[in-house]
Amino acid sequence: MSDKKQASLLVQGYEVVIGFETHAQLSTQSKIFSRAPTAFGAEPNTQACAVDLALPGTLPVMNRGAVEKAIRLGLALGSHIAEQSVFARKNYFYPDLPKGYQISQFEIPVVQGGEVSFFLGDEKKTVHLVRAHLEEDAGKSLHEDFIGQSGIDLNRAGTPLLEIVTEPDMRSSAEAVAYAKELHKIVTWIGICDGNMQEGSFRCDANVSVRKPGAALGTRREIKNLNSFKFMQQAIDYEVRWQIEQIEDGHAIQQATVLFDPDTGETRAMRTKEDAADYRYFPDPDLPPLVIGRDWVERVKGEMPELPRQMAERLVQTYGLPEYDATTLTQSPAMAAYFETAAQACGSPKLVSNWIMGEVSRRLNAEERDMASVPVSAAQLAALIGRIADGTVSNNAAKQVFEALWNGEASEVDAVIEAKGLKQMNDTGALEKIIDEVMAANAPMVEQFRAGKEKSFNALVGLVMKASKGKANPQQVNDVLRQKLQ
Amino acid sequence: MNAPELHQMGVAELATAIADKKTSALEAAQHLLARAQQHASLGAYLAFNEAFTLSQARAADARLATGERTPLLGVPLAHKDIFVTQGFPTTAGSKMLAGYQSPFDATVVANLAAAGAVTLGKLNCDEFAMGSGNDNSAFGPAHNPWDVSRVPGGSSGGSAAAVAARLLPAATGTDTGGSIRQPAAFCGITGIKPTYGRCSRYGMVAFASSLDQAGPMARSAADCAVLLTAMAGPDIDRDSTSLDHPAEDYTAVLAQPREGATAAQPLKGLRIGLPTEFFGAGCAPDVLAAVRGALAEYERLGATLVDISLPRTELSIPVYYVIAPAEASSNLSRFDGVKFGHRAAQHGDLIDMYKKSRSEGFGPEVQRRIMIGTYVLSHGYYDAYYLQAQKIRRLIAQDFQQAFTQCDLIAGPVAPTVAWKIGEKSEDPMANYLADIYTLSTSLAGLPGMSVPAGFGAAGMPVGLQLVGNYFKEGELLHAAHAFQQATDWHLKTPQGY
Amino acid sequence: MSLTLSDIGRIANLARLELSAAQSERMLTQLNGFFETVEQMNAVDTTGVEPLAHPTAVIDHVSLRLRPDVASEPNHREANQKSAPAVERGLFLVPKVIE
Repeated sequence: MSDKKQASLLVQGYEVVIGFETHAQLSTQSKIFSRAPTAFGAEPNTQACAVDLALPGTLPVMNRGAVEKAIRLGLALGSHIAEQSVFARKNYFYPDLPKGYQISQFEIPVVQGGEVSFFLGDEKKTVHLVRAHLEEDAGKSLHEDFIGQSGIDLNRAGTPLLEIVTEPDMRSSAEAVAYAKELHKIVTWIGICDGNMQEGSFRCDANVSVRKPGAALGTRREIKNLNSFKFMQQAIDYEVRWQIEQIEDGHAIQQATVLFDPDTGETRAMRTKEDAADYRYFPDPDLPPLVIGRDWVERVKGEMPELPRQMAERLVQTYGLPEYDATTLTQSPAMAAYFETAAQACGSPKLVSNWIMGEVSRRLNAEERDMASVPVSAAQLAALIGRIADGTVSNNAAKQVFEALWNGEASEVDAVIEAKGLKQMNDTGALEKIIDEVMAANAPMVEQFRAGKEKSFNALVGLVMKASKGKANPQQVNDVLRQKLQ
Repeated sequence: MNAPELHQMGVAELATAIADKKTSALEAAQHLLARAQQHASLGAYLAFNEAFTLSQARAADARLATGERTPLLGVPLAHKDIFVTQGFPTTAGSKMLAGYQSPFDATVVANLAAAGAVTLGKLNCDEFAMGSGNDNSAFGPAHNPWDVSRVPGGSSGGSAAAVAARLLPAATGTDTGGSIRQPAAFCGITGIKPTYGRCSRYGMVAFASSLDQAGPMARSAADCAVLLTAMAGPDIDRDSTSLDHPAEDYTAVLAQPREGATAAQPLKGLRIGLPTEFFGAGCAPDVLAAVRGALAEYERLGATLVDISLPRTELSIPVYYVIAPAEASSNLSRFDGVKFGHRAAQHGDLIDMYKKSRSEGFGPEVQRRIMIGTYVLSHGYYDAYYLQAQKIRRLIAQDFQQAFTQCDLIAGPVAPTVAWKIGEKSEDPMANYLADIYTLSTSLAGLPGMSVPAGFGAAGMPVGLQLVGNYFKEGELLHAAHAFQQATDWHLKTPQGY
Repeated sequence: MSLTLSDIGRIANLARLELSAAQSERMLTQLNGFFETVEQMNAVDTTGVEPLAHPTAVIDHVSLRLRPDVASEPNHREANQKSAPAVERGLFLVPKVIE
């Protein structure tokens, strides 16, 4: 990074250093160590089986699906997938932790190294990963409904998680958010996580510290459970300002875990567990080492979809789209597939891209739907764009057709054009007839034009278009009218 | 057949009597429930559920009526209170779990029920199986029927006392560092701890996950064979440490003569290794005398005795008492008064609730081991204690593999002394720990081990001969013990008044 | 090496146990007695020795068994909460959790 850019990134002369720990909830049918379902929002403790509740005598049995999803992530991020990894117990007491320990991976994680690349504006960034390890989620404590007490719901206990840990590579809140968005895109794209941040399926912890350029890393504070990109940016910006103030006021930063309060826009330190540091990790004797054969990795590799970055590059190559279009169209596999189907059907990729980024996205957003449920099929859009390209309908008319298709009034493009009479008039004879009538009925205007008043030309064009009920081809009207006015 | 003799029968004998309609599962169950009440002062049982037991018995009789025949159909048994069992409270001998009702059966319990066995009740044990005298039970000690002022051994003390007193033909036990073999020896019965992972641990209240193993306790090797055949086998769906090794019919194994065996010498060619470390000054003379007597019998049966060495025998004490408490401290964290178990009536905030509930619910020995385990895993000590212990554990296991290149089985005493007086060691935990010296190394290595009645020592108390086999050699162990019991009658001796 | 009363206090807190002064004293004596025996482990040279976490790993390679990703546990909330100290509306109740 050039000194200029570096300088531009400094906040009040301080360099910001950010590392991420992301908990991605794996979209499996059953829990990581039990056969209980993982569906969200069930009645309290109705999806917590004997194993999840740690009833005496219960034992964990590993879910193959969770391991396979870890392999997918490792392949997507170019990580090393450990031939042998080990589950360990992280011991601490908490009511939402039924066993009094969390089964996680400590010394030997399943996914090691790797990187995430993305564009921040026009600049390509790469964030390096330390590791991603499999672990079980905890339950939930509900504080609202009970005076002086908390209610414990263990439905979420045992849900499989991948904790994805980066190096402290990020230098601004914007870069951090861009990283989080790219990672979010990847885990949903490869189908290992539903990405639902409201439901906590994708939770980020940001380790934030500041330092004078070139100085050693400052003491970090960890902002926990950032579950929206908006809050992520706000929380980090606030935390950076707070830390700089502290240092400027001569206070040392104490390592701490903090929570972001969206209402106040501030971060506050959590009540620290005084012995939190001593988790007494040791290999879980209930679980032999997890062994992943090369053949398994190869099989999964064969089933991997084309990744968003690769696909965007291909769209630029194959369809001559601008980088911006390609990146936008690869937000989700559904959108990318929609584009390619339509583009190949009608042969006008840029027009298709414009329509998807324009009308289609506008309507989807307005109705808070996503590509999966788009009512106008790629084939229909292709047909419509075909009719624009061959001059059958004008852009405005096309929007009316699109409207009709979207609302399900009809399904066949030409039928709609016919029914609504949106076909452009390309028959010169009929057009000349209309023009003659208009000129006759507006002799004064014709005179004014001939007297050099250019404005009345446009007025005449308008009148002709009106008389043709919008079906005339504007270009054609211009040409024919000019001739006749000579 | 007149009832009083029912309790004198072993498993096979009773199963035959029931199958031949000389008695019924119901009659046998009723008789043994009555007998258990009559000897309640032994403290062998912790819980009964007569209605549940009798309905199981009637169901067994119904199966018999359809002509079904299995080796355990209608045979009454009871389970160490470490196995979760529907229809009975499961306490693990702890106030922490007083009245706990499990919504499911342990796999071993389910396997025996499926084989037609009838459950008489739950048997006393040291709290969370931590102890060598059954005097750590929150519900009072169990007594040794050979001398009720003495311990029956532990932690499966209730199981051993009940079998020895003829309250039932057989019982389940669990062995983490000797908890089947030592009480079997102290009470003059036969017990086997199979290879680690041979029986499912699912539904056993966990003490030390890498050591815990279930096994049968009965009067004879033949009866143990019948039970183990039903108890053992892979539990693919429930226990990740259960070994995927096909179940065996151990009764069939007993019937098979060894290669080169003769009528006079059924054990011809069997090489029995004697670890010099097991026959040193640490072992009481009366125990050594009985063990040597049994070994002489083995020679008469055709076996040859070879001297071997298990050089790290003494180390097995610190290694075991670091590893087992470490795992226990973590396994017992789930007892926090939130989902099940004891919650202190009076408490302040959450942490106070945890501390009061656990301090009230756990007895002194359990708290001691939780403290030891927590310490050896804590920051800065892990490498020196837990990790070092796991490394020495491998060396100990390798010593056994070395030894098995020179012999087929290893033999020695189960414990350095006979059963001691109740209360004699309760104030001195180390004395208890040291008494486990001959059983710990086998557990650390995960090898199968047996205790076979070998005679009597001081004060007329029973002495057990320990037989240790290589991995999955349960059949060979049972065969060697059975041959010995065909030629001797130590296992048939019954304590006065039972 | 020998433990102190403050070690006992720290460990008891980690283990969520409440020990009276007298209990702590007794615990201290017993643990120090115990660790004397444990110290003999230090004399053993274990350089290059792999720790043995799963006993049968001595004779053959043990690896984790994986089960198919199928949700087959029905809801047994009532039975599972039968022995719970405090339950309301299906939730386990505990003294307020402060974060």
